[in-house]
Amino acid sequence: MRMGFKKTLTMAKLSLSLFYFTVFSLLLSLSTSFDPENPSVRRILVIFDDASLKSSHSIFFNSLQSRGYNLDFKLSDDRNIALQRYGRYLYDSLILFSPSADSIGDGSLKLKDVMDFVDSGHDLILAANANASDFVRNVASECGADFEDDTAAVVIDHTSYSVSEIDGDHSLIASDTFIKSDVIFGRENIEAPVLFRGIGHSVNAASSLVLKVLSASPAAYSANPNSKLSKPPVLTGTSISLVSVVQARNNARVLISGSLDMFSDRFFRSSVEKAGSTYKYKKSGNEQFLMELSKWILHERGHLKAVNIRHHRLGETNEPSIYRINDDLEFSVEIYEWSGTRWEPYVADDVQVQFYMMSPYVLKTLSNDKKGLYYTSFKVPDVYGVFQFKVEYQRLGYTSLSLSKQIPVRPFKHDEYERFIPVAFPYYGGSFSTMAAFFIFSILYLYHK
Amino acid sequence: MANKVEAMAGTKPQDPKSSDPSLFDDISSFNFSLKSLKLKTKQQEFLIRVTILCLVYVLAFSTRLFSVLRYESMIHEFDPYFNYRTTLYLTEKGFYEFWNWFDSESWYPLGRIIGGTLYPGLMVTAALIYWGLRFLRFAVHIREVCVLTAPFFASNTTIVAYFFGKEVWDTGAGLVAAAFIAICPGYISRSVAGSYDNEGVAIFALLFTFYLFVKAVNTGSLSWALASAFGYFYMVSAWGGYVFIINLIPLYVLVLLVTGRYSMRLYIAYSCMYVVGMLLAMQIRFVGFQHVQSGEHMAAMGVFFLLQVFYFLNWVKHLLSGTKLFETFLRITVTSAISVGILALGVGSASGYISPWTGRFYSLLDPTYAKDHIPIIASVSEHQPTAWSSFMFDFHILLFLFPAGLYFCFKRLSDGTIFIVMYGLTSMYFAGVMVRLILVATPAVCLISAIAVSATIKNLTSLLRSKSKVHSGSVKGSTSGKASSKASVDQTLPFQRNAAIALLLGAFYLLSRYVIHCTWVTSEAYSSPSIVLAARGAHGNRIIFDDYREAYYWLRQNTPPDAKVMSWWDYGYQITAMGNRTVIVDNNTWNNTHIATVGRAMSSYEDEAYEIMQSLDVDYVLVVFGGVTGYSSDDINKFLWMVRIGGGVFPIIKEPDYLVNGEYRVDKGAAPKMLNCLMYKLCYYRFGELRTEYGKPPGYDRARGVEIGNKDVKLEYLEEAFTTSNWIVRIYKVKPPIIGGEFSNSLSFLPLD
Repeated sequence: MRMGFKKTLTMAKLSLSLFYFTVFSLLLSLSTSFDPENPSVRRILVIFDDASLKSSHSIFFNSLQSRGYNLDFKLSDDRNIALQRYGRYLYDSLILFSPSADSIGDGSLKLKDVMDFVDSGHDLILAANANASDFVRNVASECGADFEDDTAAVVIDHTSYSVSEIDGDHSLIASDTFIKSDVIFGRENIEAPVLFRGIGHSVNAASSLVLKVLSASPAAYSANPNSKLSKPPVLTGTSISLVSVVQARNNARVLISGSLDMFSDRFFRSSVEKAGSTYKYKKSGNEQFLMELSKWILHERGHLKAVNIRHHRLGETNEPSIYRINDDLEFSVEIYEWSGTRWEPYVADDVQVQFYMMSPYVLKTLSNDKKGLYYTSFKVPDVYGVFQFKVEYQRLGYTSLSLSKQIPVRPFKHDEYERFIPVAFPYYGGSFSTMAAFFIFSILYLYHK
Repeated sequence: MANKVEAMAGTKPQDPKSSDPSLFDDISSFNFSLKSLKLKTKQQEFLIRVTILCLVYVLAFSTRLFSVLRYESMIHEFDPYFNYRTTLYLTEKGFYEFWNWFDSESWYPLGRIIGGTLYPGLMVTAALIYWGLRFLRFAVHIREVCVLTAPFFASNTTIVAYFFGKEVWDTGAGLVAAAFIAICPGYISRSVAGSYDNEGVAIFALLFTFYLFVKAVNTGSLSWALASAFGYFYMVSAWGGYVFIINLIPLYVLVLLVTGRYSMRLYIAYSCMYVVGMLLAMQIRFVGFQHVQSGEHMAAMGVFFLLQVFYFLNWVKHLLSGTKLFETFLRITVTSAISVGILALGVGSASGYISPWTGRFYSLLDPTYAKDHIPIIASVSEHQPTAWSSFMFDFHILLFLFPAGLYFCFKRLSDGTIFIVMYGLTSMYFAGVMVRLILVATPAVCLISAIAVSATIKNLTSLLRSKSKVHSGSVKGSTSGKASSKASVDQTLPFQRNAAIALLLGAFYLLSRYVIHCTWVTSEAYSSPSIVLAARGAHGNRIIFDDYREAYYWLRQNTPPDAKVMSWWDYGYQITAMGNRTVIVDNNTWNNTHIATVGRAMSSYEDEAYEIMQSLDVDYVLVVFGGVTGYSSDDINKFLWMVRIGGGVFPIIKEPDYLVNGEYRVDKGAAPKMLNCLMYKLCYYRFGELRTEYGKPPGYDRARGVEIGNKDVKLEYLEEAFTTSNWIVRIYKVKPPIIGGEFSNSLSFLPLD
C-alpha cells in the first residue's frame, strides 16, 4: 500500500512547497517493477530443469518473445543464477519451470530471494508437477497455495477427463470451470476446455489475495493413481484449484499452476474431447487460456493508475490548503488502464470517493467523461478536523487503487458568521433602546434636580 | 476599634512624631559634612523604601535566572512549549490568524481550534513585549522574550504585593511582603526563567485584581472598581484560575454582608467590578457564555443579586418609617428573593442552561472525587494532594508565620484584613487539595506572614526604642507622670529589653534562614527545565541528558512532514513544538476518548494495538524510557494511568490484568499481559542485551531497580527507528500494512484493515 510513497512524494514536492498546510499523501499503487513508461525492455528469467523444455514449450516462450519480452533461459543447476546484482533487480519477472529441482542454482537462489523479488513488485509464474520439490511447494505456500502433500498424487477426475488413447487414464483433466473475468481472460470467451495434468492445490482460506482461476470439477480428487485408495483423499471437488493467481498488495502478480505440461506445445496443439461430450475441439483451450493469463500476469491488462487528484472549491481552480465547514467542493481524479502499449482511459461507473475522518462522512460515486476523468462535487460536512479524500477501488482482476489525500477542514472564523440575524432584531432593539434610555436617564438624573 | 488603630499607628516608625527626634539626632551626629544633602526624615524614609523596592524588584528577577545560568535560555517543561508555539504563531501571523487558528497538527484527526480553546493573555503579553522591543530597535528573539516573561512579571508582582500590603496593613508590611514574595519558592516554582506558563502572568494578575478590589472597597471609588474589573479581565485572559477570583470575591462580599460590614463602598465596588468584569470576561472566546451559564460562576451572580436586594431593602427601610412594617416587608422580600433564586437555579440546571460543575472544580471541593471518577485529572502529578513536606519546602518559615499573621489580622480587623484572611484560608485549603495550587496560596501566605513579621518587628523595635527613650528620659529627669509610671512598669520587667533584642535576633536569624532556603531551593530544585535532565556522576560531576531534544530534532529532520506520532499525551506539546510533527493527543486533555484510545493501544497486545494505530494513521510511536539512566518519570511508571484511562472508556482494558496481587512489577513475576503489552515491548526492546550497571545482570532496569522479566522482546508490527543516546526517548516506526508472512510482506494474509 505504501510502496508508491516515494514516487508520490516527489510528485507532490511542488504542491508541498506551494501549500504548506496541505499535507499531501498520495498512495499510488504502482508496482516498482512494472514501469509503463518503458515497457519494451522487460526481461524475464526462465528457470527450467530439463534442457528439452525450451523446445517442448516453445509456443509459450515464442509468444512471450513476440510480445516484446526478453527471455533469459537458465538451467536450474546453473550457478550463475541471480535475481539481483548490486541491489538492483536484473529481471522484471520470473518463470519457475523447474518443478523437481530442490535447489536452484546450487543454492544461489533461495526461497527468501524469490519472495523478496515478489515483495518488490515483480511477477512470478510457477508451474509444478507431480513429484514437485519442496522448494516449489514452499514458494507456492508462501503465496497462499498449498500443493497436495502426497508427492505422488495427481488430480484425477472420472467425469471431466479428456478422452485419450490410454483408456482408464483419468488424470488428464479437461476443465472449463474458469473464473469469470474479462480482465483476466480478455473479452473473448475460451470455448475449448483446458487440458491439465498434474497436482492440485488448495487455497489458503486466510488469504484474500489468491484467486482460483481454473478449478477442478466437483467429482475430482487428488490421489496417487498407481496405488489403491485406502483412505478418503484430502483434496476433493471444487476445493481443488488447478491454476491460481495471486495479486499481492503491491500488485505483484503470481501464477501458480499444478501442471507444467499444460504450458507445453503438445497440450497447446492437441485436440480435446471432454468425457461425456461428443463434440471434439480441434485445439485445446490451453493456448488461449495461458496466453491471456500471462498477459494479465505480466500487467498487460488490468493495470490501473490514478493520477492528478484535484480538488477545489466550487467555482475556483486552485487547490486550497484548508477547507471550511459547509464549503462546496469539486473533486476529480484521472484513472487510466494499461493496454499493453499505452495508457487508455478506464471507464467504470463504480468508482467512489470518500471524505473520510476515522469513518467516511461523504461517500459519492464518481461520474466520468469516458476520457479517464472522474469527478464529483459535494458539500463539506459540518464537522471540522483533518479529513482525507479516499479512493479505494478494488475490483477483481484490476490492480487495487488506494489513494488518499489529506485536507484539514476548519470551522468558521469569528467574523464569518452572519453579522445581523433578522430573528435577533428584537434583541438589538432592546439593547440599543436600553442604552439610549440609560443615557437620557443619566442626563435627567444628574442635571434636573 | 478605631482608637486601637490610632494607637498602633502612633507607634509607626515612619510617623514623624515618634521617630523624628531620635533619628534626627542620629543623623545629625553622623553627617555633619553632608549637611547640605540632608533630607527630611519623611524623604529619607521614602528614599529607603524606594531603594528597597527597587532592590527587591531586581532580586525577584535575578533569582529566577538560575535556570538560564545552569542550563541555557530555553523553554521548560510541557505546557510552556505550547504557549511558545502559539506565541510564535501570533508574532508571525498576527492576531487575526491567531484568534481563528485551527490547528490540524494536534489531536489528529480531530484537530483543535486553538484560538477558541486557550487563554490568550500570556501570548498576547509576550507578543506585545516583543513588538515593543522591536519597535525600540532591540533585535530580540521571541524565545528570549518568552523565557523572561515570567521573571519580569514576578518582579511586577512584588510591586503589587507592596501596595497590597500597604493597603491592608502598612508600608512596612508591604515591603516585607514584597521581599517575601520575591523569593518564595512556592511562586518561584512556576516563574523561573523559561517557565513560560499562564501562571507566570496570572499570579501577577490575580494579586493585582485583588489589590484593586480591596482598594475599591476601601475607597468606594468607581474608578478603582473599574480598574479591578480590567485586572479581572486580564486574569481571565491569562489563566483558568480566574474562577478562584470570581468565587472568592463574592464569598468575601457575603461574609461582609453577614458580619454587618455592608457599606455603600462595598456595593459600588462589587456591582461595578462584577458587571464590567463579566462583560469583559465574556469577550475571551474560551470563557464566553460560560461566565453566565456554568455552575462555577453562579455564586458571583447570586451574590450580585443578593447585593441588589440588600440595597433595595436598605432603601425601603429608609423610606418606611415603621419598623414593624419594614420587618414584614423584609420577610416577604427575602422569602420571595430566595425562592426566585432557587427556582431559577433549579430550572436552569434542569434545562441544561446552567452547566454543572466541571470535574476539576469538583475535585477541588472533594479531593477524592477525581481519583474515583476522572483518572485523567488524577493522573497529573500536579493535581495530587499536597504532602506536608512540600508545604515546608515551598513556604519554609512562612508556614508558621502564617498563623501568627492571622492573629494580627484578627486583632486589627478591617475590610482589607478580612479579605486577606479569607484569601489566605481558602487558598490554603486549595493548596492542600492540589499541589499546583500552592502557587495561588503563596501571595496570601506571603502577605499574611509579612504582616506578622512587620508587626512583630515593629513592636519589638518600638519596645527597644521606648525603653531607651525612657532610660534617657529618666537620666534627664524630665519625664511626665505618665511616662514615669510606664517606666516603673518597665522596670518591673528588667529583661524586657534583652528579650526584645533576643527576639529580634531570632527573627532576623529566621529571615536569613528563609533567604538561604529560598536560594537553595531555587537553584537546586526549581531551575531544572525538565526537558534537559541533569544528574551527578560518580565523581560529583554534572551529567546532562539532552535526550528529549535529540529525539524531537530527529523527528523534525528524519520523518516525512505529515507523519503522525503517537505518544502518551504528556509529550504532545513538545513533539508539535520541537519536532513539528502531528500528534494524536497532547497536554490539552480536552478529549478523554481520544486519550483513552491511545492508552488502550499502549496497553494492548501488539496486534490489537496495530489495528488501533492503523485507524489513527499513526506512523511513529514515541515512548520515554528511564531504565538506562534511572529516570523515574518515564512511561513505564506512568503506564498504570494509561491502563486506567484506557479502561475508563474501553472496559476490555482491566487494571488487574497488569498487576500481580495488586502489585505493579516489570520483572519475572510480572503479569503476562504486562510483559507483552505494547508499552512494555517498546520500552524494553533490545534492553535485555544491555548491561546498565556493573555487577548487575543484563536488562537491569535502573529506574525500578529490577531485572526485567521479558528480555527477548520481538516486534512484529513496528520497527525501531531511533533511540537517543541515553535511551530516554525511543521512537518506533509503524510498519506499513503489508506485513506478516515469514518471508513475504506483500503476500501476507492479514486483512488490510
